[in-house]
Amino acid sequence: MTADPRARSYLELTARQRLAGILDPGSFTEFLPPPDRVVSPHLPALDLPVAFDDGIVVGTGRLDGRPVLIAAQEGGFMGGAVGEVHGAKLTGLLERALDEQAREDGARGVVLLLETGGVRLQEANAGLVAMGEVQQALLDLRLAGVPVVVAIGGANGCYGGLSIICRSADALVMSEAGRLSISGPEVIETACGAEEFDARDRALVWRTMGGKHRRLLGDCDALVADDPAAFRAAILHHLAQPRPLDLATLEAEHAMLRDRIAAFGDCADATEVWGRLGVDDPGRVPDLDEKAFDDLVTRLGV
Amino acid sequence: MTSSPASVSDPALSRPGDLPSEPARVLSALFGADWEVAVQGRFLRGEGRADGETVAVLGTCGHAAIGADLALALAGGVLSILRHHPGRPILLLVDNSGQKLSRRDELLGNNSYLAHLAKCLAVARARGHRTLALVYSEAVSGGFLATGMSAGPCYALPGVELRVMGLEAMSKVTLIPLDRLSALCRTMPTLAPGVENFVRMGVIREIWNDPADGLRQALAAPPEAPDRQRRLGLARGGRPAAAEVAERVRRAPGG
Repeated sequence: MTADPRARSYLELTARQRLAGILDPGSFTEFLPPPDRVVSPHLPALDLPVAFDDGIVVGTGRLDGRPVLIAAQEGGFMGGAVGEVHGAKLTGLLERALDEQAREDGARGVVLLLETGGVRLQEANAGLVAMGEVQQALLDLRLAGVPVVVAIGGANGCYGGLSIICRSADALVMSEAGRLSISGPEVIETACGAEEFDARDRALVWRTMGGKHRRLLGDCDALVADDPAAFRAAILHHLAQPRPLDLATLEAEHAMLRDRIAAFGDCADATEVWGRLGVDDPGRVPDLDEKAFDDLVTRLGV
Repeated sequence: MTSSPASVSDPALSRPGDLPSEPARVLSALFGADWEVAVQGRFLRGEGRADGETVAVLGTCGHAAIGADLALALAGGVLSILRHHPGRPILLLVDNSGQKLSRRDELLGNNSYLAHLAKCLAVARARGHRTLALVYSEAVSGGFLATGMSAGPCYALPGVELRVMGLEAMSKVTLIPLDRLSALCRTMPTLAPGVENFVRMGVIREIWNDPADGLRQALAAPPEAPDRQRRLGLARGGRPAAAEVAERVRRAPGG
């Protein structure tokens, strides 16, 4: 174990360690910190333990001197699953960014370090409804021109409602080990059988849902090394490049998504998608190191 | 019947085709005889008139699983309304069995398609369109988020199915025995499937026993404050914490 979170695998860090590793040293102030004991009102009825932060840390800090509002989900508590309090903390943070935008000059920017399996089933309805509120708050921020950057690189990936919501952010930064999909492999296998998706086939899971595929498809804007410094640099870069959300950008996105189905809708595997994108040896993509993958992305122009 | 997939450049409405009986009944309850909606697969698109005002209608039927193609068709419908009928209210008719569970759709990035639909509806509101959703048959989990909640405020007809997950599956995942889970459901609105529990969460504003009247009132209502839903959830006893927690984060000292 190295004491400095900046020198460690992002994947292995806790939510608080990620914040320490990404923000300017000593700049973080937490809202509703653990001593406030803001816990789930539902888990005790199920005889389940609560967390004093309900599995998400929200607050404010600085990135290269620039003030940001930031959230980090804790994969170590129920896999980062979203319950009533967890979701409300995220919604409150996004709404606070809108409040600040209305008061101050210049957008502050929001950073979301996501790691989640989706709705917390033990408080399913409140969790799902919270997703809708998080989505609405994030879209309101986009419409107001406040940049939102999402990072995904935790062991639990980013699944469920937040996999949808995060694609409404300005930019998405992932590590290769990060995974992004609505339904988890086990859910698809349980519902549709192992012929549809063999959840034990880890290579298949990463080919279909992992950072490299999402980067090659264009759903992720930067694939970074599994370390906090790399995430920090990419987040900073994208915070400075907000994207407008309007009819023209949506019509362009619509054409891109329509073309994607036309180009890849009949592909059975990610390797076929990569081959059609122009990758010479698609079977080798999972083995490419960072530099080789960067060169590939540059060559393909994706 | 429309003969080609809805696209941004294709605003043409066709005559109603062989619309399934369930959405046809709902449309008649909403608009009397004054509607024209076509079906293509499980995608609904058309318009109706309420009190002389034309309402754009989009939706799904047949407990559709919301995959990339269907989400793209819905989004294309929204964009077409923005281009060709500025300001027209949009009613989304919700019937789905959830997000599509398939390797192909995840490979294509179904999350990006569902997000695209949500963004289209948000930009519609920003451009002055009223948007609202009516769950008329069934809505499940990510399918409810991507359609109903994206188009909110959300209403429902009596007796519809609304859930995150069925109790048997929930029992397997949470390792809470089914009989205990069923007992807990009687006292925990956040746990149990059922539209009445989503009314208590605040997300279903009202159940429309008289759909035509409900639609008229919803169209005439002023825009909602962003925190209305969680305040309803608190007032109706479904979500004891969300309203207060969100406000505390908004107002916490710091920064």
